[in-house]
Amino acid sequence: MRFFLRKTMETESSVTGGYRRRFTGFLRKCMFSVLSMGPVPNHIAFIMDGNRRYAKKRNLQLGEGHRAGFASLMWILGYCYELGVKYVTIYAFSIDNFKRRPNEVQVLMDLMLEKIDELLKEESLVRQYGIQLYFIGNLKLLSDNVREAVERAMEITAKNNKLVLLICVPYTSTDEILHAVEESCQDKLDHSQAVKQTNGSTDHCNQTSQEDHEHDIKVVDIEKRMYMAAAPDLDILIRSSGETRLSNFLLYQSDKCQLYSPAALWPELGLWHFVWAVLSYQRSYSYFEKKRKQL
Amino acid sequence: MSSLAIHLLWLLIHLVISIFFFVLKIANVLESYLISSGFLKKYESINVGKLRYLAVVVDSEDALQINKVIKLVQWLADIGVKHVCLYDNEGILKKSKDIILKNLSCVKLFEEGDEQSLRGKKTMSLEFASQSDGKEALAKAANLLLKKHLKLRSLGENQEEKIFTEAHMTEALRAVGSGGPEPDLLLVYGPVRCHLGFPAWRLRYTEIVHMGPLKSLKYGSLLKAIYKFTLG
Repeated sequence: MRFFLRKTMETESSVTGGYRRRFTGFLRKCMFSVLSMGPVPNHIAFIMDGNRRYAKKRNLQLGEGHRAGFASLMWILGYCYELGVKYVTIYAFSIDNFKRRPNEVQVLMDLMLEKIDELLKEESLVRQYGIQLYFIGNLKLLSDNVREAVERAMEITAKNNKLVLLICVPYTSTDEILHAVEESCQDKLDHSQAVKQTNGSTDHCNQTSQEDHEHDIKVVDIEKRMYMAAAPDLDILIRSSGETRLSNFLLYQSDKCQLYSPAALWPELGLWHFVWAVLSYQRSYSYFEKKRKQL
Repeated sequence: MSSLAIHLLWLLIHLVISIFFFVLKIANVLESYLISSGFLKKYESINVGKLRYLAVVVDSEDALQINKVIKLVQWLADIGVKHVCLYDNEGILKKSKDIILKNLSCVKLFEEGDEQSLRGKKTMSLEFASQSDGKEALAKAANLLLKKHLKLRSLGENQEEKIFTEAHMTEALRAVGSGGPEPDLLLVYGPVRCHLGFPAWRLRYTEIVHMGPLKSLKYGSLLKAIYKFTLG
C-alpha cells in the first residue's frame, strides 16, 4: 500500500498508472468520508523536520532533500483539503536557521522563491483548491527580493477562502511573543496618549490607581498582537522524524492541542500518518473540549 | 442508510484502536515490571547527570491524587534528578506545596542559584508552577517592560530596541516570580499528549514525553523515559 501512496509530482503517462492513481484516490476519499463521521480538526500545524537527513540517506544533494520535502507538503495539503481541514500552519524556516551555513540558507531562500512562483501559477494546487497563503514571522529579517515575493503572494491569494496555509518564515515563538509584547506596549502608549488629549492634562493627575491597573496590559492584549492571531485554536501539532521537541514553534498556541511525533522523516510522511494523527485527535477530542469550556 | 453504515464503520475503527491501546498498555506494564525488578540490565546505570532540569506536567484532575505525586517526586529524588518543576494548569499542586514537601526527604523548595549551591549534594530542588507562570506572567512581564520603556522615554531617550529583547523578557519574567530554567525533559502525566500550558518561554527545546494518566504511574516507565533521554 505504501508503494501506491509514494509521493511524487511526476505524472505517470501509462494507462495502468492512471487507473492506479484513480483507484487509490477513490480509496482515500472513502477513508476520509469514514473519518469525517467524527470531529475533523480545523487547524493542523507541521514541523517539517528531516529533509536533510532524507537527502543524506538517499545520497542526494541538500537541495533535493528540501524539494522532496516540498512535494510531501503538497500531498499533505491535498489530504487536509480533502478531509476539510481549514487551516494548515507549517514551520518553513526558523530564525535560528539563519545560523546555518550561508550557502544552505541561500539554497533554502532560492527554493522558497522558486516554490512561491510555482504556487502562484494557474495550474498549481493553490489556484485549484483556493488556498490563501499567509506568511507569519519577522518578515523584516528576509532579504528584499524574498520579502517582495512573499507580500505579492499574500496579495494575490488574499481572496481565496477554501483553506488557509500559514507559512512560518522566519519564525520563532519567543520572537512572536516579544513582538506581541512590544506591540501591546505601543497600543497602551497610543491609547493613553489619546485619553490624555481628550480629557486634558489636569484630569490625568486625578487618575486613580484602579484606573491605572485597567490600563495594564492583559493576556488578551498580547494574544491580539500575536502573528498567529490570524488563525483559530490549534488542534494537532505534528513533528516528523520522531523528535519530541517543539523547537520554538507555536509554544504559546499548543497548550490545548494534541502533539504527535511520527518517526518518519518529512519527505516520507504519508497518508497513514495523517490518518493516525486524525484518529488520535478524535480520541482526545472530548478531553480538549472539556478543557476549552473550563476557560 | 449508507450514512449509518459509515458511522458504524467509524465506531468499529475506534473500537479496534482502543483494543490496540489496551494490549499496548499491558505490554508496557509487563516491561515496567521487568525494568523495576532489575531483569533488564541496561536500566541499572543511568547517566542522570545529563538531565539537568526535569519538568513534570500533571493534568489538574490527576493532580488531586497527591499521594501519587509525592511517590513520583520521591522516585525522581532517589534516581538522582537534581531539579524538578511540577506543573499543573490550575495550580492544585502549588496549593498543596506544603503537604508535598513535608512528605519528601532530601527535597527542598526551588530558589535562584540552586544549580550551584546543590552541586555534589543529595538534595533535589523542587519548583511549583501553574498557568499564572505562563500566559499571565507574560502579561505581568510586559507591564514591567512598559514601565521601563516609559521611564527611558521620560528621560528623553528612544530605547525601544534596547528594552524589547529576549534577554530583557527573561529578566522581567524572573522579576515577576516566574523565572526558572528551561527543562531538558518534560514528562506529561495525563490522558493526552499535550503540555497543558507549561510556560511557553521555557519550552523552546524541551523534549516532551507522554507517560499516560497518573493513576497508572509506574517506576519502570519513569526509569525508561529518563534512560531514553540520556541516550539521545
